[in-house]
Amino acid sequence: MWNYSDKVKDHFFHPRNAKVLEDANGVGDVGSISCGDALRLMIKVDPKTNIITDAGFQTFGCGSAIASSSALTEMIKGKTVDEALKITNKDIADYLDGLPPQKMHCSVMGREALHAAVANYRGESWEESHEESPLICKCFGVDEAKIVQNIRANSLKTVEDVTNYTKAGGACGGCREKIEKILDKFWKGGYEGRYVEDFVSRDRFEKAQAKNGKVSLSDHYVQHRDHPYWDKVEKVLDEMRPGLEQDGGNVELIDVADDKILIRLYGACLGCFMSEMTLSYVQAQVDKALGKHVPLELVEPDLNGTGEAN
Amino acid sequence: MSEKRTVYLDNNATTMVDPEVVKAMLPYFTEYYGNASSMHDLAIEPARAVAEARHKIAEYVGAEYDSEIIFTSCATESDSTAIYSAIECNPEKREIITTPVEHPAILRVLDHLEEDRGYKITKLHVDSKGRLDLDEYKKALNSNVALVTCMWANNETGNIYPVTEMAHLAHEQGIMFHSDGVQAMGKVDMDLKSTDIDMLSFSGHKLHAPKGIGVFYLKRSCRFRPFLRGGHQESGRRAGTENVPYIVGLGKACELSGQHVGYMRSEIKRLRDRLEQGILAKVPDCFVTGDPDNRSANTSNIAFQFVEGEGILLKLNEYGICASSGSACTSGSLDPSHVMKAMGIPFTAAHGTIRFSLSRFTTEADIDYTVEKVPEIIAELRSFSPYWRKDGSGGSESFDPNYGQGKGAEFKK
Repeated sequence: MWNYSDKVKDHFFHPRNAKVLEDANGVGDVGSISCGDALRLMIKVDPKTNIITDAGFQTFGCGSAIASSSALTEMIKGKTVDEALKITNKDIADYLDGLPPQKMHCSVMGREALHAAVANYRGESWEESHEESPLICKCFGVDEAKIVQNIRANSLKTVEDVTNYTKAGGACGGCREKIEKILDKFWKGGYEGRYVEDFVSRDRFEKAQAKNGKVSLSDHYVQHRDHPYWDKVEKVLDEMRPGLEQDGGNVELIDVADDKILIRLYGACLGCFMSEMTLSYVQAQVDKALGKHVPLELVEPDLNGTGEAN
Repeated sequence: MSEKRTVYLDNNATTMVDPEVVKAMLPYFTEYYGNASSMHDLAIEPARAVAEARHKIAEYVGAEYDSEIIFTSCATESDSTAIYSAIECNPEKREIITTPVEHPAILRVLDHLEEDRGYKITKLHVDSKGRLDLDEYKKALNSNVALVTCMWANNETGNIYPVTEMAHLAHEQGIMFHSDGVQAMGKVDMDLKSTDIDMLSFSGHKLHAPKGIGVFYLKRSCRFRPFLRGGHQESGRRAGTENVPYIVGLGKACELSGQHVGYMRSEIKRLRDRLEQGILAKVPDCFVTGDPDNRSANTSNIAFQFVEGEGILLKLNEYGICASSGSACTSGSLDPSHVMKAMGIPFTAAHGTIRFSLSRFTTEADIDYTVEKVPEIIAELRSFSPYWRKDGSGGSESFDPNYGQGKGAEFKK
């Protein structure tokens, strides 16, 4: 039995907007055959304001697919089309107080349906191009695509490397045999041309590789480099970097705002039981430099090119 | 909150331990706790009890000798024992024949042998009712085959496979034959001494004994290599201290199961048919999967079209009804049932398959309650399924979603 949050159960047992919207002017049909889910999202958009005034859905799918559809319709109602398009699958999952890692794809389907419905409203055609990729690490929800991308981008050679970059295999260890096989297959050329275009665009790849030989997360985020905190925090991190690198880790500044600072820990820092301590140490140094407490937030590693968990 | 009723219709997953079995086991935890292999008085009763259980089980399966019964920890261990023994005994033979509807305890081991050790794994085909074609099987048998392994009864559909005939055909060509008998125990006539079945696996927890005890039947004439080596237990064929209380429990459970074979064939079958016909009469667009003419009496697997199984299970669970599904979403692996896939069940139906499996503890009231609840659950879920059309024509032709490419695309027509 899946461990669903109360919110997921509520939206499953009492789905909102589970209806055919007769006067919809945007319809998106998407499906994921391997997990047996399919969704039709219907939206009614006011052409003058571009505001979504009503939404309805029909879903063939599991409990979390139905709950994600229900949540999505609630989230987009009252928003403009552009605002709605900013909703990520992680937002949908967060709205539901989280989904089990194996079920995150259910929220992806909701987001895809939204994009399809908006394209339909705008009279554009929409082609879903992502390649479904088998889930390898169930503990951290890491799929084959993400592992292959990381092996390719960082020339990873060992299971330990893969764990450091993706977390996969870092908890129960049940998937380490599979990771070994992926590594073996990759270095024998078995993934040529696979999991490249669909997930990480080539130019981002090359840009990142030219920069530091790694795919950098900062390429996925809008960065506020002109914010007064940016240089101060960057300086703190620069000072700490040699120490972290000595232990096989690294830290990257992703973005700053008045009320939070986004950073990412790399390599050995990641999944290390010391990372909590590292983080509180970084926090203390940052607070000192800024003269006030601005909470650090850890950005999870994600290289699937969308800036969202997958 | 009022007390939730429990209707347990998931007996192919596991069964309640019969209170009589528990009673038989208890003295062997605290009173007769000795190691059955020891030389002192405390070994006497455990050793006697193990011998008695072995005898009961040998009778239950129709073994010629008690020593053909080897105790293991579970049927999965027994399955691995059979496969690895067969390939070690026949190192020059590089092929194994099986079916696509086996339990993962067989299929994953064979996948491993195929991928990592270069074995040729031949999976026979099944038709839309899950039946094998014996002509295809006869043609597949050849001198390179180390083992044929075929389940006796299928866990999802209850289908019964012609293992006696298949074993005979294998022996004609000097090929070892193993059967996973987990779902057949207490449901089919079993007289192993009159068959050519060399090895058989089953476990206790499907027949009202506890989890954690299994049997590996090994015909005396069959060559063998142990899976677990170590102590001299089980005549050196399966090392590890005898799990005395569980062995005693399994002996008792087999004795009770043997007494209930007739009840299974008549009363349980009647209840299963009542459940099935009740649902089929009240719910449109559903059908029984597998082979209704040749399946175990306790199992009914119904495909509800245009709805997905996990949703059905969650709603059944709200009513306290326990069943299981071939839907992708109910397994940790997210793969849809390989059994439904092998039978070519369309995915909009395969994902909506629900397995109801009864036991001798199932009552008529349980069945009537389930027949009452299922139709409303299906109607509710269909009311917002994009594939469903209310005019009863079933399915929406206008719904043709855009599917992601890659894995699973072979499902797409």
